[in-house]
Amino acid sequence: MTSSLLEARAVTKRFPGVVALKNVSLSVAEGEALALIGENGAGKSTLMKILAGIQQPDEGEIRWRGDATSIRSVQDAMNLGIALIHQELNLADNLNIGANIFLGREPRRFGWIDRAKIRQESATVLERVGLNFSPDVSVSRLSIGQRQLVEIAKALSMNARVIIMDEPTSSLSSREAERLFEVVEDLKNQGVAIIYISHRLGEVRKLADRVMVFRDGENSGELNREDVTHERMVELMVGRDISSHFSRQSHSPGDTVLKVTELTTRAFPSEKVSFSIRKGEIVGIAGLVGAGRTEMLRVLFGIDPKVAGSVEVAGKITSFTHPKQAIEAGLALVPEDRKAEGIVLTWPVDFNSSLPGLDQKVKGRCFINFHEEKSTAENVIQELNVKTPSRHQMLEFLSGGNQQKVVLGKWLELGPKVLLLDEPTRGIDIGAKEEIYQLMDRSAKEGMAVLFVSSEMEEILGVSDRVLVMHEGAILGELSKNELSEESVMRLATGQSLSESSTLSSESAVS
Amino acid sequence: MKKLLGILSLFLLVFVITALQNPKFIEPYSMETLQVKIGLFGILGIGAALVIMTGGIDLSIGSIVGLTGTLVTFLLQEKDFSPGSAILLAIALCSFLGLAHGLLITKLKLQPFVVTLCGLLIYRGAGRWIAGTRSLGFGEHLEGLTKIISTEIPFPIPIFGKSYDIPSSFLILLALTAVFSLFLHGTIYGRYLQAIGRNEQAAQYSGIRTDRMKILAYILCSTLASIGGVLLAIDANSVQAASFGNFYELYAIAAAVLGGFALTGGEGLIVGVLLGTAVLRLLFKASNFLGISDDLEFALVGIVLLIGAVVDEVAKRAVTRLRRRREADS
Repeated sequence: MTSSLLEARAVTKRFPGVVALKNVSLSVAEGEALALIGENGAGKSTLMKILAGIQQPDEGEIRWRGDATSIRSVQDAMNLGIALIHQELNLADNLNIGANIFLGREPRRFGWIDRAKIRQESATVLERVGLNFSPDVSVSRLSIGQRQLVEIAKALSMNARVIIMDEPTSSLSSREAERLFEVVEDLKNQGVAIIYISHRLGEVRKLADRVMVFRDGENSGELNREDVTHERMVELMVGRDISSHFSRQSHSPGDTVLKVTELTTRAFPSEKVSFSIRKGEIVGIAGLVGAGRTEMLRVLFGIDPKVAGSVEVAGKITSFTHPKQAIEAGLALVPEDRKAEGIVLTWPVDFNSSLPGLDQKVKGRCFINFHEEKSTAENVIQELNVKTPSRHQMLEFLSGGNQQKVVLGKWLELGPKVLLLDEPTRGIDIGAKEEIYQLMDRSAKEGMAVLFVSSEMEEILGVSDRVLVMHEGAILGELSKNELSEESVMRLATGQSLSESSTLSSESAVS
Repeated sequence: MKKLLGILSLFLLVFVITALQNPKFIEPYSMETLQVKIGLFGILGIGAALVIMTGGIDLSIGSIVGLTGTLVTFLLQEKDFSPGSAILLAIALCSFLGLAHGLLITKLKLQPFVVTLCGLLIYRGAGRWIAGTRSLGFGEHLEGLTKIISTEIPFPIPIFGKSYDIPSSFLILLALTAVFSLFLHGTIYGRYLQAIGRNEQAAQYSGIRTDRMKILAYILCSTLASIGGVLLAIDANSVQAASFGNFYELYAIAAAVLGGFALTGGEGLIVGVLLGTAVLRLLFKASNFLGISDDLEFALVGIVLLIGAVVDEVAKRAVTRLRRRREADS
């Protein structure tokens, strides 16, 4: 290996309750493209934030051209020549390209912004990334891919020697991605080091000189260009032996309750999704962040309109334009963002648990039945073991797990036919997680069809009777309980179908 | 609740000071005019409160009052309408305007501030176009109509040996307060409005038709403003299209906020609006009785409201600090 430009040695980072990084090391040399891969939550982003000065490591050291240094702020990182390009781009829509490139460090002349200099220097860096736009063009007129190039140009204008890209292609079209790869090649030739985080193994294979794999906050392996194969990468990403904490007996499922045929969502207008679930079944939907899982649940629950396709609930073809209709048809959704979508944080337990049922239990009712509200709340607290001093306690004072139990409880009170859950245990401590799993299991036993989206492998493996794996808006495969393994899930989630051989698949994953 | 006690004590404080400074203040006649004013302005406040509950705002209330007053008197005087049909027509029109506000805000996702600010300008302009610079009244219909707002019901117990009367406009407000308290705190629709104000998205995800509920709030607000406008016009018996109802949206909003409605939505009791209106009208009246120049009237009201807001915020922080300390101790 050539001498390294930037190196992290034995870095450890702890957050309250979790160790995000354990003793990880990583280095990158001038003109090298290093790909960093790993599952959601493996610690990739945390390390990048440390290198970019956004967070500080608890232990370990950072070396720049072989000398120990400390990066205490984003400014420090910039001075060294390290630039991080965030997944969600940070450009100001209302300004033009030049103003964005020099935002916060505008060159001045007699106290005024030196526009001529901005224009001239912007033009130089724009040329380096091959973007044929005048610096005076407003960023709002650029596509996502073009904005990405502006971000890179911005990094270059700061004389960045290391450019970190966090999933740069996640929202690019394939042509835009191709363009980005060319730019990365050019930058390498100019001696810039690239650290490239991606979930798309096909493009990693194509682009990377070396691949670093993280797993559970640790280095799990490193592959040189000639050793990079799809299989090796997946193996290193998931290799751990999962001792599933939670295991359940599957029950014999009953009739089909939810049947989805060729459903198309706005997020992925060219993909069609078909599947069905039966009574008493728990079906997990696995996939990487951005695979279109949440979007699909939102369409099923009537939050977003569907583009095409049909949804049948208990044999009846339905078309929901509002969650109310979905609820009346027997659906319930525990949404992904609990605080924004699931609960009224500044409301007490009783108001929250009665909300969807106020007009459901007796049709056409106008007045609140306070007696019923009280018993609903007491039921939820008791049945779901919500730890709260009373039903009058504000939800903001309850733990995440107890908040989530209230969300689940308010739906279970209505006795839905289909229970949809989106990342049901996100931000919840282990004890409460277990309880949520028990509740999902109990619901299935009672005859509900349970469909849940999760990015946590253990959850997918431990709770599901059957798993659908989504990749870029499509269901790439279905795994029955005995086909289910971390490796099979991960392979589908990264865009490789099970039947394809390795050589074929890595090519197809690029397209 | 604590907020209501605070506002109630502010009312009593100003009341006692004024009464001690000028005993004429508590004469039956003076008390009656105060009650009439509270009654009329309180109706506007309830409407504003319903919209504020959803996290919205309605700046067109004053112009709705102006348009209603202008339209009713114009139809009576110039178009020979009967009082009943003129009033109903005006109120129906204003309900429709409320519907339009609601649709623009929910379906086109325009800002409530922008929509109702445009309403403020449009309805004021429309009133002036209809009536010009004329000053219109109720003519021969006045006597009958006045009964609606100032029929006196004697207060059963004499106070300090004097018999006091309660005017019907105040009783109308009491009745509306009762009805809308029941609506907001006793019906599922009231609960929905509260949910929308606190977390609209969670409300929608719980199956609440949030758009319809918001539209309902704007319809109720404009309708109540229009009903208030009819009664205020009868009270004034002289309507100038250019000025009638000017600033009333601000009185209505101030009364709601003073009464405990948070502009961020989701919080407040209708009784608070009654108290808030009472404090506001009392301040205006007290400044007369205390011999404070008319020119200073607005400044005085503004200063008292500001002090109220500051005290409220400081008290809230003190309570949070105390709670944290107690939690840290335990």
